[in-house]
Amino acid sequence: MSTQEAKHTPLEYQTTHGQMNILGFWIFLAAEVVLFSTLFATYAVLFGRTADSPLPSELFGAEIVLIMTFLLLTSSFTCGIAIHNMRQGQVKPLIIWMVITLLLGLGFLGFEIYEFMHYTHEGATLQSSAFWSSFYVLAGTHGLHVTLGIGWATLLIIQIVKRGLTPVTSQKVFIISLYWHFLDVIWIFIFTAVYLIGMVV
Amino acid sequence: MKLSEFFVTGEPLIYAGMVAIVLVTCAIVFLLTYFKRWGWLWREWLTTVDHKKIGIMYILSALAMLFRGGVDALMMRVQLAFPDLNFLNSQHYNEIFTTHGTVMIIFMAMPFLIGLMNIVVPLQIGARDFAFPYVNALSFWSFFFGALLFNISFVIGGSPDAGWTSYTPLAGAALSPGPGQNFYLLGLQLSGIGTLATGINLMVTILKMRAPGMKLFQMPIFTWSTLVTCFIIIFAFPILTVALALMTIDRIFGAQFFTLTGEGMPMLWANLFWMWGHPEVYIVILPAFGIFSEIIATFANKRLFGYKAMVWSMILIAGLSFLVWVHHFFTMGAGAFVNSVFSVSTMLIAVPTGVKIFNWLGTLYKSKIQFTTPMLWSLAFIPSFVIGGVTGVMLGMAAADYQFHNSYFLIAHFHYVLIAGTVFACFAGLEYWYPKMFGHKLNQKLGKLSFWLFVIGFHITFFPQYFLGLDGMPRRLFDTAPEWFTLNFISTIGAFGMGAGFALFVLNIYYSYKTSPREKTGDSWDGRTLEWATPTPIPHYNFATQPTVKELDAFHDMKKRGETTYDESKLKPIHMPNYSGQPFIMMGLLFFSSFALVFEWIILSAVFLVAVLVMMGIHSFDYDDGYHVEVEDIKRTERQLRGLNDEHTGS
Amino acid sequence: MASSTKRIPTQHIIGYVLSIVLTLVAAWVALKSNLPTLWIIVGILLLAVIQAGIQLIMFMHMVEFESNNGHIPWNMMFHGFVAAAIVVAGSLFTMVYGF
Ligand code: HEM
Ligand SMILES: [Cu+2]
Repeated sequence: MSTQEAKHTPLEYQTTHGQMNILGFWIFLAAEVVLFSTLFATYAVLFGRTADSPLPSELFGAEIVLIMTFLLLTSSFTCGIAIHNMRQGQVKPLIIWMVITLLLGLGFLGFEIYEFMHYTHEGATLQSSAFWSSFYVLAGTHGLHVTLGIGWATLLIIQIVKRGLTPVTSQKVFIISLYWHFLDVIWIFIFTAVYLIGMVV
Repeated sequence: MKLSEFFVTGEPLIYAGMVAIVLVTCAIVFLLTYFKRWGWLWREWLTTVDHKKIGIMYILSALAMLFRGGVDALMMRVQLAFPDLNFLNSQHYNEIFTTHGTVMIIFMAMPFLIGLMNIVVPLQIGARDFAFPYVNALSFWSFFFGALLFNISFVIGGSPDAGWTSYTPLAGAALSPGPGQNFYLLGLQLSGIGTLATGINLMVTILKMRAPGMKLFQMPIFTWSTLVTCFIIIFAFPILTVALALMTIDRIFGAQFFTLTGEGMPMLWANLFWMWGHPEVYIVILPAFGIFSEIIATFANKRLFGYKAMVWSMILIAGLSFLVWVHHFFTMGAGAFVNSVFSVSTMLIAVPTGVKIFNWLGTLYKSKIQFTTPMLWSLAFIPSFVIGGVTGVMLGMAAADYQFHNSYFLIAHFHYVLIAGTVFACFAGLEYWYPKMFGHKLNQKLGKLSFWLFVIGFHITFFPQYFLGLDGMPRRLFDTAPEWFTLNFISTIGAFGMGAGFALFVLNIYYSYKTSPREKTGDSWDGRTLEWATPTPIPHYNFATQPTVKELDAFHDMKKRGETTYDESKLKPIHMPNYSGQPFIMMGLLFFSSFALVFEWIILSAVFLVAVLVMMGIHSFDYDDGYHVEVEDIKRTERQLRGLNDEHTGS
Repeated sequence: MASSTKRIPTQHIIGYVLSIVLTLVAAWVALKSNLPTLWIIVGILLLAVIQAGIQLIMFMHMVEFESNNGHIPWNMMFHGFVAAAIVVAGSLFTMVYGF
């Protein structure tokens, strides 16, 4: 490719290796879609099978779920800004926005843990019924992904600090951004299919 | 836990197995030490990221698993040869049919095919390795340790005994306490990770690393079948991952997904299992179709008839394979409407399959067939697979399936498709690509003898089973009745014929190693596709210069034009990845983590898991990006392999 | 994509505002409106799909030709969502409604 073109191509796409890694990650995300869909299917099939434990509509609270949703949505936005900065070659804003993203992610996790403890306290545990098993595993798998994402992104921030923006580091950061936005996509469905529908039905 | 509970005790056959394991292990350790080969083993194999070596390790492991599964099979056939025989007791019989099925599908068929893909696909598309060689090594070791975990269950802890389908509630904690079922769950989980990674890896390789000029519809048909298979793997394996995880959480952490308490739903397991399971049977048959297509085209000396129709029928099969899963539980009690829908979709799948059969016949029509061993396997495949397919359609009729379901008719069906399809393809593919892998052909005489023994044995074994099924003999039965004696006895005789065929096949490997003439050119069979353009043995970088592809059957085309994959004027340094011991160690740690979880030692398991995560973190900081093979080295290697003198300057 | 050369990330800001609005609308439909339950469920699922699309296209640059990966990313994501629909709808069909 000509140097003229190379100028406009974001760093992360400049090597074939970078392109392949990003492509591989997209395909991985497609597999993740199916992974979560299986959990959603399980949740849907087991919906209402609460045995003697509380009903979801008794426990789900709109406020906390909305707060969590806004935290995650905002973190997805700030992550996007970080990438925007990366593509302009600005390392410092990139790092700042990434850190903000992770803090928002941590906030989300905090609320999720609080929420789980609250439900457990009310008698809805992983063991108490099929419905609650599927709830905890679906939401928990998402939470686990967020946790891993935070750890992974932290490692990448260190690498950016050490090495600056190169085709390799920017490709890595781009991939974590895909991951992070993707978790937001999944959360949108959890918010809708689990919490909103759980409060309606 | 007491030691006597940790090891399996009280079974003479298992004691014999233990002795055999100890002896074989000692022999291996002794040989490695005596010939001072430990360093070689580590440097050349355990740390390799070369797709060709990884492929060979896949195939070796798969052959070992075929042996293990085969021994299981023979033991079952012995038990069923006579009514009221007490060779195996009912518990032992349950364990054996469970491990037989699981080993054959997950640890034999898939790895064998993935091994062939590993070796052949990069060569067929003119690539120098996988897109992610490091991940490829991870995949292999995850399969290897998954298989190891599953297989040690028969001496440590006890084998699973709920069938390869592991239906709940039988497989749940209440009815199957103890570690056996956990071995199944975690062994499959561990190897499943690797399969998914391979699917992604191969897909990126095929989509991004083809030789210049090679369009999608110019790819060799085996590469196409691999691409379609990857597609199925990527969308089906996550379902298995979740299903296994849910049952693990049920069993170890007391959740209620598939239990009889807490309003759990045991049937949901069957649903999830088959949503993966049916695509899975196509994961193991599509590559087989690809292998047969290559072999038939080569030995009919013709371009594959209806190449495009072949590709589109595979794509159609892949799509439909996600829409038929309910045919595995027509009898579970869903309404007539549900059964009808899936009955129709099941029968639809026979249409693209039929298209493929006619295309193979079309390729053979009016051609000069060379009856080599790989070709014999391919020719035997066609009619045998048709029998399997037609009986599949019979099973697909929901109303009729109430009769056939869980009888020997079903057993006969899936062995007709899996053995005549997948196993024949593995043998055919191995014999076909053997000279590429090891530098000499397998002896044709012995090969043909083993072929006839195996194929005739196969039909004698499984054809009677259709009639046993129609006579009402249920599957998974450990003790037969006198009225089924004759057919069962015939079937057992056939099974030993297959065993003899396999033994001869293995013997042939040794015999040919000793006696076969070494390959002088890279083009052992007058091949049509790019893997035959490389010299034999293949240099580790595969292609000195990447060919420019202009049409289907690229090498056939190149030969006509007198081109090779070595053009000295175009040589450039070649970038190659470094070997690494990390994949082996990482998956080894994951193995220990899973092993601990099998015995529900949760903290220990978590410790190993954290170790794996730490290693992944360390790897993230590793910016090693390989090395370059210099032009001088390439020249030296290629000239030697191609027998060129120093003046020669490419073509 | 043009946004990578611009100083102000308009795409992201639009995407963010849209997703906040869509979330609030979904919450309002579910909790405050008096529509029949079935309509609510279908409606909010539709909103979720739109919002997912926004994330994928505006934030994740799913269709970006500089990537040199052509149509593969969105193609695979599309098929992933088709498979997801089969898994969820198929399970409900066979395990709950078709029983
Ligand atoms: C023409 C295409 C095919 C059709 C219509 C078909 C149909 C069926 C049906 C309806 C069943 C369930 C029967 C029952 O449980 O009562 C079944 C079982 C099975 N099929 Fe096929 N099949 C086809 C091809 C294949 C292929 C290509 C393979 C694998 C290479 C395969 C492997 C199996 C296996 C392993 C089982 C039994 C699983 C078990 O219950 O343990 N089938 N098939
Ligand atoms: Cu099937």
